[in-house]
Order: sequence, then structure tokens, then C-alpha cells
Amino acid sequence: METQLVLEKWPGVISTVTIGADKKDGASRINTVKIGGQNSLPLLFKEGDIPNRPAIAFEIWDIPPQDWDEELALAYGKVLNDPFAWADKCVNEFKAQLLCVRMQGTHPDSGNKTPKEAAKFISTLLSKVKVPLIIIGSGDDAKDNLILPACSEAAKGERCLIGCAVQDNYKTLVASVLADGHYIIAESPIDINIAKQLNILISDMGLSLDRIVINPTIGALGYGLEYAYSIMERARLAALSGDKTLASPFICFVGQETWRTKEAKTAPKQGIIWEIITATSFIQSGADLLVMRHPAAAQKLSDYIDTLFKK
Amino acid sequence: MFIIGELINGMYSNIGVAIKERNKKEIQNCALTQIACGADALDINCGPASGQPLVDMPWLVEVVQEVTDAPLCLDSSKPMVIREGLKASRNKTIINSTTADEEKLETLIPLAKKYKSKLIGIAISAKGIPQNKDQRLELAVAIVDSCLKENFPMEDLYLDPIVLPVNVAQAQMKDILESIAEFKIIADPGPKTTLGLSNVSQGTHLRSLINRTFLTMAVAYGLDSAILDPKDKELIDTLITAELILNKNIYCDSYLEAYRKK
Repeated sequence: METQLVLEKWPGVISTVTIGADKKDGASRINTVKIGGQNSLPLLFKEGDIPNRPAIAFEIWDIPPQDWDEELALAYGKVLNDPFAWADKCVNEFKAQLLCVRMQGTHPDSGNKTPKEAAKFISTLLSKVKVPLIIIGSGDDAKDNLILPACSEAAKGERCLIGCAVQDNYKTLVASVLADGHYIIAESPIDINIAKQLNILISDMGLSLDRIVINPTIGALGYGLEYAYSIMERARLAALSGDKTLASPFICFVGQETWRTKEAKTAPKQGIIWEIITATSFIQSGADLLVMRHPAAAQKLSDYIDTLFKK
Repeated sequence: MFIIGELINGMYSNIGVAIKERNKKEIQNCALTQIACGADALDINCGPASGQPLVDMPWLVEVVQEVTDAPLCLDSSKPMVIREGLKASRNKTIINSTTADEEKLETLIPLAKKYKSKLIGIAISAKGIPQNKDQRLELAVAIVDSCLKENFPMEDLYLDPIVLPVNVAQAQMKDILESIAEFKIIADPGPKTTLGLSNVSQGTHLRSLINRTFLTMAVAYGLDSAILDPKDKELIDTLITAELILNKNIYCDSYLEAYRKK
């Protein structure tokens, strides 16, 4: 007897986020990257539409990273000392469709660059590379509140994804993102209740829910991956059941979390494998956007996504 | 919880007058207010005083669907009146209601199928109101059987255990609540459940409190839908909280607001 598959039909749909604006929108990106839009759990192609694949972003910094593992640093070589050459290498050599720039150099402990310098950096970067941008602060709330508005304004109309807004510090960033036509990353500490609350707080300020991407905060393999995994799964189930306040795509900072583990640094190639496994696991739980560090891991991940989406 | 707003009913004096005077604005305001307060569908009832329900029902339907595409719950004990309402409806519809009597079932199930309408079946028959859980189940089974015979989809059937005022039938309250859970396992997939809430507090002095306490308990027994006054904010807040406690929605500090954003 033929087995009948039980197919679930969901009333909810994840919002579609298009990062980057091109000529048509009077902006300067040569491509855009669409994420979200699915009305099914990950990879269950028969249950609903999954119009967009998980996207990969390459992480770059505005200063040469001091503490990157040797294996990771070697993959980029000398360009790590020049952020623009680094960005260029990601796009032209590694075929990045999307860059995630961390404004680490604005942190009070790592250069303390001014908002003006940060804005100038973003303007130059936008003129040198033409793929869409994700812009991340240094994580120092007070400083981020100064530099992110400057970066946002410098990238006005380019439809960037900017973060991260957190529950105790979101108003300044929301106002900038709203004014300059970008998307926002809402970060919660592996906590679905706070993720939901923050989305409501942001939308109460007038930035609609479909302009939010959730950063659920992840842990790498062996460092709490399964906690983030189940939070994402639960949020996705709620969203597909009709909870619009959780129906945002997920961004996962895979590279950052992987390369802080000791396992990534203990044996050659192990970090790459660690990064790949972490990323592929999160695709199963609904990750829409994966920010990667090692180009070899990003390549493998891209091949893996191709295989998953082969029709 | 699928909330059906009960306020468009000729029994209420403002609506009764509005029907008589063909005052569209009054009806439409009532429709929009209920939806703003959280109603998913609107009950439409010409009321006992309507001398011409066959005309009033389609008029009400037209007037309401001018301002909303919310489903309409066509409420009459007369199948002819429901038919006129169905004919006029472009919105989705719910027939409110059939009893377990054969002649009603034979008319209303085919009508529901023809107009792709949902159907409320009340556990009551010409013999009278059931006196206990077993009688309720017997009547519910009769309704389910008829629907199955006619291939009417179970997910479109709502069974109502018939709520009685607590000051009249106090001994039956527990049976009514338990019926909700048992109705759902009569068939697989099971029918849904609904009830007319306000009846429970009829003639009492603390209507709102009794309504929301009963509703909370009914939700715990698995109630899927209720016909109620969505303008009672405490009632709706209590309902949202009851569903939160049953893990139907994810908690956040602004969960009431989050529910309303749905």
C-alpha cells in the first residue's frame, strides 16, 4: 500500500526582506538579496512555498581584526589590513552576494573611531563594492547609538540591514532605519519572549514588522547550538500558525560564534568544518541569512544549499 | 479562539430601531467596532420583533458586507431566513444554526454545502433542552452522523452544547463544560465547538464576571469558538490570557497587544 504523506498547511507566512536597492530604486547596488517569504517549515517543499534560499553574507571589519585565528586570517592574507581590499576580495574572488561589515573600529577599546569617520568608511565602501550591505555596530551600546545613525544616513536609500537593536537599546536605531529606508536586526538573548517583545516595541515606533530580521543569538556546535535551534523552531511554528509578531526571517552570526570556540582553533580544517556544521544545522531550524567568516566554509555551505534546493 | 461578535441582533434596542428605520450607519458602526475589539466574525440576527425577517436578513447582510469582509454568522431558527441571508452573502458565512431535528438537518446541511458555509449544530431538538451530558452527546452524535452521511466536512462543523443560565441550571454547568471536550472526539477528524456565551449570565447581577469565568473554564475544556460581546474588554483580555496559559500563544510582556496585532 502506498503511504500517504500528511502535509501540513499553515495560515502564516514569513515576511520577505529584500536587502539592497539597485538602479530601479535610484540606488547603487548591482544586485539585491531576498530572504524569507516562506509559508512552510524549512525544506518541506511539498507543504508550501519556499521562494528564497538561505543567503550567505561574508563578514568583514572596518579595521584589521586583531584576534582572528591564524587559519582564518591566512584564508584572506594581506587584504585583512585593508578593509576595502578585503571587501573587494570577498566579492570578486569568493563571489560574495552580500557583505556584513562590523564597525569594530568604533569601539572605545579598538580605535574609538568617530561617527564622522564611520560614515565616511561606509560611503567609501559603498562606492568600492556594489553588493548589498549589512552594517553591525561594535556592540558598545552608547557608541553604537552615535555611529549607527551616521552609517545609516551615509547609506540612505541603499536598503541595508542594520543592527543590532536590543530590548534596552533600540529607539535610536529604529528612528534612523525608519528615516533612511533600511531594515533592522532585532537581537534577543536566546529568548523567544524577548524576541517577540522587541518586535512589538519596534513596530510600535512605526517601523513595520516586515522590516525586521530576528537575530535569535546562536551558539556554535557544542556551545548551545541546540538552545538557539529550538527557540528558532518554536518561533517559526508560532509564526506559521499566524503570529505576525514573530514572522520575521532569522539572521545567524555563524562565523563569529564558530571562531570563538577552542575546537575551531585546535586542529587544521577543524574550524572550517565547525563553521559548516553550525551553519547547516541552523538551516534546518529556519535560518534565512548566515553570516560566515571562512571562505572555504562559505563555499561548502553554498554547495550544500544548492544541493538542498535542487528540484 | 474564533470570536463571533454578538451585537448585531434586533433584540438590542439600537439595532432593532436601526433595522426598522433602515439606518445603515448604526449597523455598520456596530460591525466595525466589534471587529476593532477582536471579533473574527459577526453574528447577524434580525431579532424576534422583526416582522419581515426574509427581507431584513439580506438587508443586514448587504449593509454589513459594505464595510467588512469578515465572515457572517447568519442567525435564525428559520431555514428560510438563513437561505435569504446566504443568497445575499459575498463574505464567508456560518449558518447559526441547525438543531438535531431531522427536518432541520435535511434542509440546512445541503444549504451549507451549496453555499460553502460553515454550520453550527446545537445540541437541542424539538423534544426540548437536554438535561445532562449524555443527552447532549446523543444529540451531537445525531448531528455529526447526518453531516458525515452528507459528506459535510467536519472542520466546518461547530457543535454547541447549549449554555443555560447559571441561576437556572446550576447543576448542569459541569456537564456543559465536559460536553465540549467530548464533542470533539465524536469523529476523527473531530468537529469544532462553539457556544453562545452571554446566556450563562442571563438574569444575574454580575454578568461580565460570570461570562469571563465560564469562558475561561470552557477554553480549558478545548472550546474553539464563542459568540460573545467583544466590546467587553476584560472578557477579551481574560480569553487571551487563558489561551496564553494553555500555550496557544507565545508569552511576551505585551502579549495582549501582540494578540491584537494578529
